[in-house]
Amino acid sequence: MGPSEGCFWPDKAGIMAETISKPRSFQEIILRLQAYWASKGCAVMQPYDMEVGAGTFHPATTLRSLGSRPWAAAYVQPSRRPTDGRYGENPNRLQHYYQYQVLIKPSPPDLQELYLGSLAAIGIDMDMHDIRFVEDDWESPTLGAWGLGWEVWCDGMEVSQFTYFQQVGGHDCAPVSGELTYGLERLAMHILGVDHVMDMPFNDPDGTIALSYGDVFKQTEEEYARWNFDVANTDVLLKQFEEAEAECEAILAKDHIDPKTGKRIIMAHPAYDQCIKASHLFNLLDARGVISVTERQAYIGRVRALAKQCADAFVLTEAGGYDAAKAEAGA
Amino acid sequence: MPDLLIELFSEEIPARMQGKAAEDLNKLVTNAMVGAGLTYAGAAAFSTPRRLTLALEGVLAESPTVREERKGPKVGAPEKAIEGFLRGAGLTMDQLEERDTPKGAVYFATIEKPGRPAAAIIAEALEGAIRNFPWPKSMRWGAGSLRWVRPLHSILCILTNEAGEAEVVDLDIDGITSGNTTEGHRFMGEGRFAVTSFEDYSLKLKRNHVVLDPVERAEAIWQDATNQAFASGLEVVEDKGLLKEVAGLVEWPVVLMGAIDEEFLELPPEVLQTSMKEHQKFFSVKNPKTGRIEKFITVANRETKDQGATILAGNQKVLSARLADAKFFWTNDLRVAKSGMETWTDQLSNVTFHNKLGTQAARIDRIAALAREIAPVLGVDADLAEQAAKVAKADLSSEMVYEFPELQGLMGRYYAEAAGLPAEVAATCEEHYSPLGPSDDVPTAPVSATVALADKIDTLTGFWAIDEKPTGSKDPFALRRAALGVIRLVLENGVRWKLDRFFDAQVLGYRLEQIKDVASEQDVYTLESTLREIAKFGVFGAALNSVAEHIAKSDQHPFEPDLSEGAEIDLTSKFVQERSADLLSFFHDRLKVYLKDEGLRHDVIDACLSMPGNDDLTLLVKRARALGAFLKTDDGENLLQGYKRANNILTQAEAKDGVEYSFGADVKFAESDEEKALFAALDQAEAAITPAMQSEDFEAAMGAMAALRAPIDAFFEGVQVNSDNDVVRRNRLNLLSRIRQICGGVADLTRVEG
Repeated sequence: MGPSEGCFWPDKAGIMAETISKPRSFQEIILRLQAYWASKGCAVMQPYDMEVGAGTFHPATTLRSLGSRPWAAAYVQPSRRPTDGRYGENPNRLQHYYQYQVLIKPSPPDLQELYLGSLAAIGIDMDMHDIRFVEDDWESPTLGAWGLGWEVWCDGMEVSQFTYFQQVGGHDCAPVSGELTYGLERLAMHILGVDHVMDMPFNDPDGTIALSYGDVFKQTEEEYARWNFDVANTDVLLKQFEEAEAECEAILAKDHIDPKTGKRIIMAHPAYDQCIKASHLFNLLDARGVISVTERQAYIGRVRALAKQCADAFVLTEAGGYDAAKAEAGA
Repeated sequence: MPDLLIELFSEEIPARMQGKAAEDLNKLVTNAMVGAGLTYAGAAAFSTPRRLTLALEGVLAESPTVREERKGPKVGAPEKAIEGFLRGAGLTMDQLEERDTPKGAVYFATIEKPGRPAAAIIAEALEGAIRNFPWPKSMRWGAGSLRWVRPLHSILCILTNEAGEAEVVDLDIDGITSGNTTEGHRFMGEGRFAVTSFEDYSLKLKRNHVVLDPVERAEAIWQDATNQAFASGLEVVEDKGLLKEVAGLVEWPVVLMGAIDEEFLELPPEVLQTSMKEHQKFFSVKNPKTGRIEKFITVANRETKDQGATILAGNQKVLSARLADAKFFWTNDLRVAKSGMETWTDQLSNVTFHNKLGTQAARIDRIAALAREIAPVLGVDADLAEQAAKVAKADLSSEMVYEFPELQGLMGRYYAEAAGLPAEVAATCEEHYSPLGPSDDVPTAPVSATVALADKIDTLTGFWAIDEKPTGSKDPFALRRAALGVIRLVLENGVRWKLDRFFDAQVLGYRLEQIKDVASEQDVYTLESTLREIAKFGVFGAALNSVAEHIAKSDQHPFEPDLSEGAEIDLTSKFVQERSADLLSFFHDRLKVYLKDEGLRHDVIDACLSMPGNDDLTLLVKRARALGAFLKTDDGENLLQGYKRANNILTQAEAKDGVEYSFGADVKFAESDEEKALFAALDQAEAAITPAMQSEDFEAAMGAMAALRAPIDAFFEGVQVNSDNDVVRRNRLNLLSRIRQICGGVADLTRVEG
């Protein structure tokens, strides 16, 4: 293993030995993950305030996996997959669900152990379960990104995706980020022993106002399924897609120097917002069934082109590793 | 001599890559060692999910000293040349030797390369192997630049001498330093431990719950799985690929058998099996009495206090969720199927087959139309063939096939049965893809065979029409397999037809699609009429001539087709004939490969290929097989010699005289008995061969030919062809031409070697 600056991680021993009580609700699992990754040095961030298809789209992952600066973040990300809507009836499928996302750059040498520690923290007894790392390489055609890794199985159930990012937005990742994605509902159902997602306790099941997942989301699943599949105005969506695409490109075409402040301000994040928007609009159009197989590739290619341009812009910013002093010295 | 042990310990290596990786490690390290002069007695390579291991026995302690002699410049050569030579050899003047050669005194240098210790060579060899490892996909991690399949954590590399003392071979690769330690099972092992030899290593690994040898793991899994199944009166469905994969997912295999929930047992067994295998990597366990799959076997990577009860319960739950999906697809699909599979076919108009060949729906229409044409050849009702072709690929739109593409065809059969379609139609859904490979069964049910032929011929002619033929090793659309499929369907079903007719018609159909928007109405009309007439005339050319003549004569058509050179019809005509002929020759090449496996010689096939009607593959092969068998007999071999002799004499005489000797041999000019006997024998043979050929009885024809052997031999023995008497000579040449003509009607014997 490379240089061991990875010792960034204070206490790697001891996690597995502790016997940890079983969590009792969906939110308790989330809270424990937050506490665990906070204790491991991650910045616990909040969900991104836009509709995305997966936690990876959060700029804390996509953009921050680029460039040379170290990064460690963990957060919950509500994710939307319009085509997966089942009116809240399918025990495992939702059009809106939660992912828990961890991104650490450079990937520490003990990332697998850290990950296993997080499973222990949410009440999976390593002595009783069969945890396996099964090959599953990750690729996001819309983000122009790929990595190698596994899906992690617990007793034959996929509980997480574990990826070493190799490329994002067409850029080689150097250093490499380690990314962990937990499908929270599925994982929680497994731990809590629930068969239908809507039956899962959302908060303390013994509290005065005990709420199930269904109490919180059953109605919205129905509403969105109807809208996603049958009602969403496709002309409007198409128009919005074009607008988002045009705006993204327009933002990136601006001069790096802001004429008002005279500062160098590259607007990578505002541009990336438009890219995310375009991606979600594409998903909605897809759910409405108005995109043919051949068009599909073309749309994905258009979103990817935006993601690449945003990545190009981000690596020119300070967060993306741009060193103003160095650049000046060079000039 | 010492033994070498290497272990590369990493995060989980994909199961499918482990076997080759262990062999690659073996190859790379030993090749480099041997290249540096360090030989060894034996090698063994192993893999587990987290390690690649190489054990070498009897490695040389150091490489032998090598002496090399180099010839230098002549004594007295310019100083510069001598200096250069010394620099190259790394020697000084006093170390050179002067030797007399026929060209005068010359400097010689003897360079001695001393042997190097094993450790130094191994360190280089291993570093080279790690840095140049041929992983199908590799990655970087952390802040480093080293590439491996997944992060590489430690390197164990030791040399153990006869006394059992181990020495670490020092190595540092991007901060990973070699040592003599490793670790066992991720969850059941007890931390890192040091090892002194391969025996010590495998023993300690086992104590730390790792079975090093993948073969041993696979055997243990299979043994335990079959035992558990047997104890319940059941049997495990064999799946070698899955076994190998599962053995690559565990270091400490624990076999667990569980029941499939009752509500899923109604699903087709193939669906259960595929879903369990693809998603969960479970083996299926079958009840041999009913053929039903009732249980599953999963292989865990650890033991637990509760003997795997928790693990099994978890797996069972996951399986139920998976099968609930499968059942959902099955129920939905059955509902659609029962309401009419056309819904699915209609949906295929949104699915592109190939951007130059249109949608799947368009393709199905073409196949259905072609199946109608082919049907009578196989004695099938045209409507039934069309109906079967129309639904054969409908299941591509079903939810189950979307989820499990490998179930295409099979699901079609289930759904067609559920829809109450005729049994032949249902069977066609499953069978029309066959044969998929040389060992796959060929459909023999006439409707299935008809659609299978139509499907493959449409594909082949389509790709020929857009010029996407296989080249070299590239055959992305599996066209070689499709052609072999047609050949096997034709031969094994004894189909008698002329392929040209179907090739011409399909290629013309594709051509019309390509030009219909740019060509003139008249040309399109002429060519479309020709397309309709091909069936009657058998080939494109004759059909076109007839159509053109008809149009020109008819009062109904106020135009004459433009047949001039370079005009559209002429171009299309050349296009069709060229592509069609090229496709037929592709078929002939595939046929040669196919018959070669049967033991038929290349030249024997060529002798038959150059006979007319070579697009009738059944006839062609019948002829080739008869000829092959005939040439293996003594008579056959000798007749061939006699035929060749006759042919040579004739060809020479014809070249010399500038005439063709082809008829007019008269027995009245025969002088000797041998000559008269040959006349009689040829009359007799001809009388037998002509009807035999007409009834395509090649064995009988060749049997009759065999009777010519003795008279021909006797003729050449006793008769001088080149007589002084010109009349006699010409008569004899004309007699020889009868041999050529009679035998040449059976096969082109000039092409047979020997």
